[in-house]
Amino acid sequence: MSLPMESILLPGNPACQGCPHALGLRALSVLENVVLVVPAGCTTIISGVHPKASFNVPVLHVPFASAVAVASGLAAAYKQEGVEANVVVWMGDGAADIGFATISGAAVRNEDIIVVVSDNEAYMNTGIQSSGTTFWKAKTTTSPGGKSEEKKDLAGIMLVHRIPYVATASVGYLQDFVNKLRRVSEIRGFRFIHLHSPCPPGWRFDSSKTVEIARLAVKSGAWILWEYDGRFRISSPSKPYKDETKRVPLEEYIKTQGRFRGLSGEDIEEIKKKIEEQWKFILTMEKTFK
Amino acid sequence: MRTLLTGNYAVAEAVKLSRAKVIAAYPITPQTTIVEKLAEMVEKGELDAEFIRVESEHSALAAVYGAAIAGRRAFTATSSHGLLYMYEMVWWVANARVPLVMAMVTRTIGPPWNIHTDHTDLLTMRDSGWIISMAENVQEAFDLTIQGFRISEEVDLPFTVGLDAFQLSHTAEVVEVPDQQEVDEWLPERRQSYKVLPGNAVTIGNIGPNEYTAKLRYAMAKAIEDSRKVIEKADNSFGEKFGRKYGGLVEEYRLEGAEYVVVMAGAWCGDAKDAIDRLRDEGLPIGMMKIRYFRPFPKEEIKRLEGKEVLVVDRAFSMGYMGIFGMEVSSVIGDVTNVIAGIGGVDVGVEDFEAMFRKFASRKLQRLEWWPREVFS
Amino acid sequence: MSSWLECLIAKSSEGSAGKTGLWRTFKPVHNVEKCNRCLLCLYYCPENVIKVYHHRFITINYEYCKGCGICAEICPQDAIEMVEEEE
Repeated sequence: MSLPMESILLPGNPACQGCPHALGLRALSVLENVVLVVPAGCTTIISGVHPKASFNVPVLHVPFASAVAVASGLAAAYKQEGVEANVVVWMGDGAADIGFATISGAAVRNEDIIVVVSDNEAYMNTGIQSSGTTFWKAKTTTSPGGKSEEKKDLAGIMLVHRIPYVATASVGYLQDFVNKLRRVSEIRGFRFIHLHSPCPPGWRFDSSKTVEIARLAVKSGAWILWEYDGRFRISSPSKPYKDETKRVPLEEYIKTQGRFRGLSGEDIEEIKKKIEEQWKFILTMEKTFK
Repeated sequence: MRTLLTGNYAVAEAVKLSRAKVIAAYPITPQTTIVEKLAEMVEKGELDAEFIRVESEHSALAAVYGAAIAGRRAFTATSSHGLLYMYEMVWWVANARVPLVMAMVTRTIGPPWNIHTDHTDLLTMRDSGWIISMAENVQEAFDLTIQGFRISEEVDLPFTVGLDAFQLSHTAEVVEVPDQQEVDEWLPERRQSYKVLPGNAVTIGNIGPNEYTAKLRYAMAKAIEDSRKVIEKADNSFGEKFGRKYGGLVEEYRLEGAEYVVVMAGAWCGDAKDAIDRLRDEGLPIGMMKIRYFRPFPKEEIKRLEGKEVLVVDRAFSMGYMGIFGMEVSSVIGDVTNVIAGIGGVDVGVEDFEAMFRKFASRKLQRLEWWPREVFS
Repeated sequence: MSSWLECLIAKSSEGSAGKTGLWRTFKPVHNVEKCNRCLLCLYYCPENVIKVYHHRFITINYEYCKGCGICAEICPQDAIEMVEEEE
C-alpha cells in the first residue's frame, strides 16, 4: 500500500464527522504544485473560517458555475509564465450540474487541468436537494417521495468528450483513487475523475460507515470503478463484479441508508435493471477501447 | 503612425500594444470583431498571448479572472446579453480586487432582438466596483484601453471601456497608433496586490465573520474614490507622452460663458458637439460636459454646473424613475431637464440635437421627456 | 500588507474550525496489543489526526479528532474501540 501519510487538508477543519470529501482530499496530496479551485459547495465550508484556512495548498474560491473556466485561465497564465502547476478543480455534483457547459467547454479545449467531481449524489451544502447524479429513488428534500428522474452518468459523458483521461473512483478505495491521481500526474490536458462520496448526514447513515458504504456500492455493482487513458479498463476493485453472481445483493447496500427507507421490492427491481444497463454500457466501452 | 481603424480594431490594437497575455471571449455582435482580431494576432504570432475560446461569457470573464489572479495581464470583451450572462463574474472580479480590462460594446437588451446601441447594458455595472469609462470616438476608445490597464493595476479594480455599437465599434476613423516602444515606456509592467501561485498556501475568499466583508467593501469604496486622482494622473501623463489629454473624468466642451449645459456620454457626443457649434454661432451660450467616466462618478465636476440650466441626455432609462445619467446628475445639483433618446439604437443626428437644444434653451422641454415627443405620445 | 488583503486572504492553519475534538461523543482508543500496524486507520482518517512514529506507535490527536469512528470500523484487528466520552 502506498497511500499518502499526510493530507492537503489540515486537522480541525469544519468538515462533518466522517466526511467523504475529507477522505478524497487526502488523496490529492500525491499531486505536486497543486492550486485548488473550489466552487460553492461543501468544500467552501470545509476550507475554514477566515482568517484561517484549512488547506496547506493555495485555494481559490469561485462562483458556482465558473470553476473550470477560472481554472482554464489560471492554467493559461501559468503556461505563459512557465510556472509548474497542477490546477485542480474540486467540485461537487451541484457545481457539475450548474457548470456543466463550463466543464464540457474546457474538455473540448483540452485545457491542462484536473477536474475532480466529489459526488455525494445530492446538493448537500444547501440541505440535501436532488441533483443530476442523485441515485434512483433516493429521498432528498426536493424528492421526498424518492427521485423519479434518471441518474446522470457524468464520467460516461466526459468519456465521449475524447479527453486524455477519465476515471471513476471511490472514497472507499483510496489506493485505487491514489493510483489514478498518480496516472493523472503523468498526463497533460483535461483529466476528469468522478469520485463516489457517500455522505453520512445526506444519505442518513452513521459517520463511521462512510468507507463501508462506499465499498458496498462497489461490491453490489451500483458504482463501477473504471479508467480510460486511451484504453478503457475496469479497475481492480470492480473487476470481480463483472460477474453478477459475485456481487453483494443490492439490498445490502440500500438498507444501510436512510435515503432509501421505504423502497418497495418493485423499486429495487427497477434499480437493479438500471444498474444492469450501466454494466452493459461499461462492458461495451471496455470492448470498444481495448 | 496614423491608421484607419474601426473602434473594435482600435481596441484590439490597444490590447496588443498593452501586451495582454491571456484573452478569453465569446462572440456577441457587435463586440465580435475585437476578439476575432485578437485571435488573428495570436494566430499570426503578432501577439504573444493565450487565446481561450470559451463556451460562454460567464466563462470568458471567469477565465480572464483566473489568468489575472495568476498574475498576467488579461482582457475580454462583451456586449448586452453577454454582459448580463457574465454578471455574476462582473461582481466577483471587482470584489476580489483583480485588475483586468474589458471592452463593453454597448447594445440594447431584448426583447425584441436588436443589436444596436443604447447604454442600458453598461450601466448595469454601475454599483459593482468597476471603473466604467465611455469613449466618444475611435481614438478615445484606443487610448482608454491602454490607460485602462495602467489605472486598473494601480488601484486593484477592473476597468471597462464602453463604446457604442456600430457608431463606434464598426465605424472607421483615422487613429494615431503609437509604436510598441512608446507604449512600453508609458505602461509599466503588470502589478497587482496579490497573486495565486503554486507553493503559496493562501486561500482567497474564505467564509468569515461579516465584518471582513464590510471592511473589504469599505476599502473598495475608498479605492474607487482614490481612483479619481489616478485617472487624472494617467490622463495627464498620457497627454504629455502622446499629445492627447481629455480632461479626466469629464471633457469640457465650449463651457466658457455657457448658461446652458448639456451632459451626456458616448459616441453621439460628436453630433451633439456639432449642434452646439451651430447654436454657439447663433450666439446661444451653450456647452457640454461630456461624461468620460461614469464610475467613479464626476461629482466635483458636475457640481461646477450649479446655477446653470442643465440638460442631461440619456441613452438608458431606470424603469420607475428617470434616465440613469439624469438621476445621477440631479443627485449632485438638484433638478435637471432629462431627455431620453436613442433607445434601441434609434438614430439621433446633428439636426435632432440642434432642435432638442433649441427647445431646451427656450424652456419648451418637459422635465422628463422621451425624444422626439411626437413618437412617444 | 494593506488591511483589505488581510480580509480577503486566509492563511493555512490547523484548527480552522476551532478545537473540533469538542464535537466528539465517542472517542477512539487504540489498543497497541491488538494492532498490527497496517495503518489503514491512518490512511482513512478524514481528519488526518492519526500518526505513526517509528513505524510502531500510533497516536491520535484528540484536540481535533471528531470521533467519526471510521478508524474503528476499518481496523481489521479490532484494535480501535470507540469509548463514550464522559460529560
